[in-house]
Amino acid sequence: MADVQFPTGAAATRIDLVLVAGMVEPGSRVLDVGCGDGTLLRMLQEGRNVDARGIELSQEGVNACVARGLSVIQGDADTDLVDYPDASFDYVILSQTLQATRRPKVVLDHMLRIGRKAIVSFPNFGHWRIRATLSFGGRMPVTENLPVSWHETPNIHFCTIRDFLDLVDEIGARIDKGVALNAGGGQMRLTLPWWVWNLFGEQAVFVLSKR
Amino acid sequence: MIRTHATPHTPANEVDHPSSPVAVFGPDKPLALDCGVSLSPFQIAYQTYGTLNAAKSNAVLVCHALTGDQHVANVHPVTGKNGWWETMIGPGRPIDTERFFVICSNVIGACMGTTGPASLDPATGEPYAIRFPVVTIRDMVRAQAMLVEHLGIDTLFCVAGGSMGGMQVLQWAASYPDKVFSALPIATAAKHSAQNIAFHEVGRQAVMADPEWKAGSYLANGSRPEKGLAVARMAAHITYLSEPALHRKFGRKLQDRDAPTFSFDADFEIESYLRYQGRSFVERFDANSYLYLTRAMDYFDLAADYGGVLARAFKGTRTRFCGVSFTSDWLFTTAEMRAVVHALNAAGALVSFVEIETDKGHDAFLLDVPELIDTTRGFIDAAARARGLAAPPAE
Repeated sequence: MADVQFPTGAAATRIDLVLVAGMVEPGSRVLDVGCGDGTLLRMLQEGRNVDARGIELSQEGVNACVARGLSVIQGDADTDLVDYPDASFDYVILSQTLQATRRPKVVLDHMLRIGRKAIVSFPNFGHWRIRATLSFGGRMPVTENLPVSWHETPNIHFCTIRDFLDLVDEIGARIDKGVALNAGGGQMRLTLPWWVWNLFGEQAVFVLSKR
Repeated sequence: MIRTHATPHTPANEVDHPSSPVAVFGPDKPLALDCGVSLSPFQIAYQTYGTLNAAKSNAVLVCHALTGDQHVANVHPVTGKNGWWETMIGPGRPIDTERFFVICSNVIGACMGTTGPASLDPATGEPYAIRFPVVTIRDMVRAQAMLVEHLGIDTLFCVAGGSMGGMQVLQWAASYPDKVFSALPIATAAKHSAQNIAFHEVGRQAVMADPEWKAGSYLANGSRPEKGLAVARMAAHITYLSEPALHRKFGRKLQDRDAPTFSFDADFEIESYLRYQGRSFVERFDANSYLYLTRAMDYFDLAADYGGVLARAFKGTRTRFCGVSFTSDWLFTTAEMRAVVHALNAAGALVSFVEIETDKGHDAFLLDVPELIDTTRGFIDAAARARGLAAPPAE
């Protein structure tokens, strides 16, 4: 799901996943929502001895995961998170999928209900290149990372880093950690002010917990 | 282990003296049934395929559906047809008989060699008929557990089955969690729905309305309620298909004629097909067994045994599960399978779930559906790695 809806370059994807994986404590219980072919789950299971589970919309993705010995359920973040019991995971991960959900706020609420912490990564629609395309080109941006036209894209709820921070505030969550990646996939310095992140960060990853 | 027979057996002689191997449990090993009756003596007819390894860690138990039997991967002794799950079981198949020791036994209450209503009651010398105690899915599983023990196997690598077979898989996982390393329930549910009970009741009433049923004692009277059983089968068969599949296969096509005959002859292909299904079914199945086994499915409600909370049935389980449902299956819907998956999640079980898109209805689990084969192969292979079983032989 993640790879399909936000096709990033191979290197950028790997950096994003490595970054997310690095935020997970070894030996914990993890639910990856929209786990695709299970790349992140495998990294977590093998590299960090994590009890890793997944939800994935596409049948090919689920089959790939099952064949790798992962426990993955075919399902939809919007409709199926409700079935998970409270506090059943240490981390619930939503990697490059938030913008494709119908109700991002409800999904985030469920993530923080199911997991002790939520890890969310998403493309920043406030990045300068996207702003430029819209301001000067007058069109919805089609970039290397967001290659699908507005009428075809499954990404129906784009947000900027600042928008996301507002939502975090609204649902009463706390930010434990935040990282922005620039176009080259490098981590931006934490000391930089938010507006710099929002302008130059192409992707963002946040670790949230209940306040 | 594959048997073929030059002369077809009739169900009658398969009942007490089947062509399959039989495990006989004497008075010292009665089967304690849910209804309170202790069934003794009794026998279980079964087939095996492949070889049990030295560690006895590669045994797979396959559970059959309502009208299935133990002949899962060999030519059927009565019908002469191929085994009912040869898409799934055999050399190079997902349940590879070159890697695994596959067991399939006829369920208690059935009519292909395991004790059921058509078997002779040693107390009277006549068939039990409806004096046979009512059995449940849990009774079937208890009997299978006795067979598995009889075969000297402590833990099953996998228990697999669809429909009523899937109910047995779930019951196995709940009753004997430490004996089931992996479980593959397909096109099934943790309880039988009102709609499904309703269809079964129609079938049973059709059997019992046939004058030849003779209050169940037809075998002692030398008759068989073939018409009633055929109607039951026809009605049930519709529920195994889907409207799109019926349309694709038959539409409104006429059978060997250019125009309707203005009669009640089988003008339409679908009528002719259903009549054939009914006729061929009665050749191999006992009408009373049909009553008992449909009843067993109706009574199945796994959560009810655990205070109404299905998750409790799987509390603390370490079994690896893979549930499969089919989009066009209206008998055992995806929603039913999701309820099982939900409970397994709540119990913290290792569970995967796939809903396969097909128009083939409930019967899809028996058919060559590539996505089903791929999913099953992936799950079984990954479970085998986790179990430390050797990789499949190189191509």
